[in-house]
Amino acid sequence: MIATPLTVCLLLLGAWCVIGIAGLLRPMSIGFVGRTLFPLGALCGTALAAVAVAGLDLPAEQLTLPVGLPDLPVHLRLDALSRVFLLLLGAASTGISIFAAGYFRKGEGTAPGLMCVQYHLFLASMGCVLIADDAYAFMLAWETMALSSYFLVTTQHRIAEIRRAGFLYLLIAHLGAIAILLCFGVLQGGSWHFTFDAMRAARLDPLWAMIAFCLALLGFGAKAGLVPLHVWLPEAHPAAPSPVSALMSGVMLKTALYGMIRVSFDLLGQPIWWWGLLPLALGLLSALYGVVFAAAQTDMKRLLAYSSIENLGIIFTGLGLAIVFAGVDMRAAAALTLIAVMYHAMNHSFMKSLLFLGTGAVLHSTGERNLGHLGGLIHRMPWVAWLTLIGALAIAGLPPLNGFVSEWLLLQSFLFAPKVPHAFVNMLLPLGAALIALAAALAGYVMVKFFGVIFLGQPREPSLRKAHDAGIAERIGLAWLALGCVLLGLLPTHFIALFGVVTRQLGVGGLPPSDAPWWLLLPIPERQSSYAPLVFFAVIAIVVVLSIYGVRLFYHQRVRRGAAWDCGFGRLNSRMQDTAEGFGQPIRHLFQPFFAIVRELPSPFDSAPKYRLEIGDRIWAGLYLPLGVLVRFAADRVAWLQQGRISTYLLYSFVTLVVLLALAL
Amino acid sequence: MSELDWLVQLTGIAIALAAAPMFLGWVNQCRAWLQNKSAPHILQPYRGIRKLFHKDALIAENASRLFRLAPYIVFGAMVTAAAIIPSIATRLPFTQAADAIALVGLLATARVFVSLAAMDVGTAFGTLGARREMMIGFLAEPALLVVIFVASLTFTTTALPLIAERLSAQSFSLNPSLAFTAVAFTMVLLAENARIPVDNPATHLELTMIHEALLLEYSARHLALMEWAAALKLFNYACIGFAVFLPWGIATSHAPLNLALAVLLLSVKLLLAGAGLALIETLSAKLRVFRAPEFLATAFLFAVLGLLVRLLLGA
Repeated sequence: MIATPLTVCLLLLGAWCVIGIAGLLRPMSIGFVGRTLFPLGALCGTALAAVAVAGLDLPAEQLTLPVGLPDLPVHLRLDALSRVFLLLLGAASTGISIFAAGYFRKGEGTAPGLMCVQYHLFLASMGCVLIADDAYAFMLAWETMALSSYFLVTTQHRIAEIRRAGFLYLLIAHLGAIAILLCFGVLQGGSWHFTFDAMRAARLDPLWAMIAFCLALLGFGAKAGLVPLHVWLPEAHPAAPSPVSALMSGVMLKTALYGMIRVSFDLLGQPIWWWGLLPLALGLLSALYGVVFAAAQTDMKRLLAYSSIENLGIIFTGLGLAIVFAGVDMRAAAALTLIAVMYHAMNHSFMKSLLFLGTGAVLHSTGERNLGHLGGLIHRMPWVAWLTLIGALAIAGLPPLNGFVSEWLLLQSFLFAPKVPHAFVNMLLPLGAALIALAAALAGYVMVKFFGVIFLGQPREPSLRKAHDAGIAERIGLAWLALGCVLLGLLPTHFIALFGVVTRQLGVGGLPPSDAPWWLLLPIPERQSSYAPLVFFAVIAIVVVLSIYGVRLFYHQRVRRGAAWDCGFGRLNSRMQDTAEGFGQPIRHLFQPFFAIVRELPSPFDSAPKYRLEIGDRIWAGLYLPLGVLVRFAADRVAWLQQGRISTYLLYSFVTLVVLLALAL
Repeated sequence: MSELDWLVQLTGIAIALAAAPMFLGWVNQCRAWLQNKSAPHILQPYRGIRKLFHKDALIAENASRLFRLAPYIVFGAMVTAAAIIPSIATRLPFTQAADAIALVGLLATARVFVSLAAMDVGTAFGTLGARREMMIGFLAEPALLVVIFVASLTFTTTALPLIAERLSAQSFSLNPSLAFTAVAFTMVLLAENARIPVDNPATHLELTMIHEALLLEYSARHLALMEWAAALKLFNYACIGFAVFLPWGIATSHAPLNLALAVLLLSVKLLLAGAGLALIETLSAKLRVFRAPEFLATAFLFAVLGLLVRLLLGA
């Protein structure tokens, strides 16, 4: 076989499988699995990212592998869209794998060797999703991805809650998979060829095209955790071990975006503008819903899971907007929006992985996931704290880090909305920008809560004083991801050039040519809206350094340490700090209609007062429970068929045969 | 970019640094006059800052490095913001590096660091203040963004100097969308700068305060920087307001006469704005903390109304 980029990618994905299976050689050996295999996996990830990005502007490359069922070879294709997402997969998984090398310890549920198989299979299947070029290969990879991650989620399968979370995940993953399968069924358009090439060539009439789009949105939306299909996400992501949570939130959710872009911009050809309104509306709802719930959480991993819902909401909002722009042939705007979407996906894969790994390090060191039992860890775990701070600031959308760049691009693209030639829509779209701004500001609130409660203040439990910092592998993993956040933040023009290749190859068009220097982000030259993160950062840094030295030069540097101000009432203790519940209280108060709140207040005469607060999801009680009741009702009725006597079943077979024969005649 | 441009840029920053405490002093003075009190000297804020710089820093035992670094970052952010905002001239070298959205992000960065620093010592007041500051912030920030959005839609750019330049090229007219957003902006300014009706800069009553609760653990040079940064923030907000709503008189070229005129007009605007701020503060009472979100939600809605009016009427 000739070494083309696609075959190299395939070899690297194969290498992941081999590394995984090698874990079975010595399944109980942490030293072998953790210190050898996971770093090798990280190396494959880096290589994959490098191969993916090296020839980004090469034309698409196809390959047919004669494997699988007879007459159904596997089609593979590597184009710019696949390459960008492979870059995301490779780069993010490198950091996660390095972290994982130091993370897995003895005595945690599944044997490390088995975990290694599942983990690397999960990685490889995500890679296959990205290069699959026919429906069979895609579905096979998609299902492998769902199953391998299911086993990873249920690593600690002895805990009933985790089994329940795993079941819910599997259920919704399969609902989504069915929708995607049906979507491909519609997309082949009567040719009965399930290669993506056939789907590109098929001419669907508008109704069927819309049905295909809606099915894709349902299927990929379920994977992305769009409201109301989000319920599995805050259950499954926290249940998994932290590197797996990072991989699921950081990378797996992006395969949903990949699928959505692939279907709506590639397979369906030219999308119709009003289709975009659906992902736009769902995205805005998810963004707001996710961030409001994140603010109310007390479990740090659940908080991050809800924040993922928010970010995927922002991503799908942008995708919807891009479809609207592409549908009305506003090419520059569509390209800008799609670039913003991919940029945010890339950013989110770095910052969310970083945060999940940070919580993993905290969890390992303290054994606590509940924010109410943490605090003050910046003293005991400075590495984890400062690196996590980068992730927290990035995800809060603060300049000069990466989260801000994609939000900036998205807001810039919203400014094109009034030009959409459809009344009302062009007035309502800019309101979306207001909601995105609100969600981004709330994300800042959530991140101050997240970082402040875990790392700042005084330790809320005495055991935290024994917390230790992460090991060297874990630090490198965190630093890799933090570096990604910083680079994506400071060098946006380079990444935008990469994503521009994708939009041109998809036929959306590119950004207008500009002669701006490399450090200046000036996406639409005629608008003159620009942002130069390097200069921006340099100025802040210079002022900070100057003020530090200025103060030193002109004044003394005397510092005394003393007790914190206690208003003269005596010693403060750590219980007097604001709790996570307290920090979320204003949000609960303001967004009360979102929550189903159960609160039990103690009476003043209780000798052992207890306070209980439960924050539920209205969608769970309002949609899923009735749906469950309905399914059970239907199942009970159908169960009538199951008489348990063999003669009855034979009768069924006989009747079926007769009916079929009658139909055949 | 010529040396002159850089000179004007640095002069702008220097004016902001130097004039910000005086602006605060002017507001305090006006307020005292309106309330029939004997006014502090207009230079009182400088004296306060100078005194604080000379003191020994007292830092809580539990404070981390973040706590000591935060005042410098906040101060740095505010100085950078002053460099972005066109206060006297629009053709500045640095303004290309950051547009109005980046400016809002920068102000948010400062707010996040103030809040994180307040949580660092782990006292009840600090965390309470951080929570309230972030609560105010998450409502004020989108309102401010929408205000900027309306101006950006009108002038098809998010670059603040261009907005100022294009608006000042028009003759003064009462633009309905800008009127709505001006109300929203004023409300955001009051909330973000801890003024009445959201917070009371004169009080140290722990349960009602926000800004003071955040700074409770700071002393000496750190407190001085924080206070200076707060004064700069007020000054910056005033200048954002001038750039978006009242840019007339700003220098669009670097002719000495234009610059002199711009500085003069900026002083007049600041004097009037300070008096207006003092008047608002005298006429209104402080809201309960939980009414503050309503106040800011109103601001947000005003801004959104401005956006809708802009899109409906095209004006």
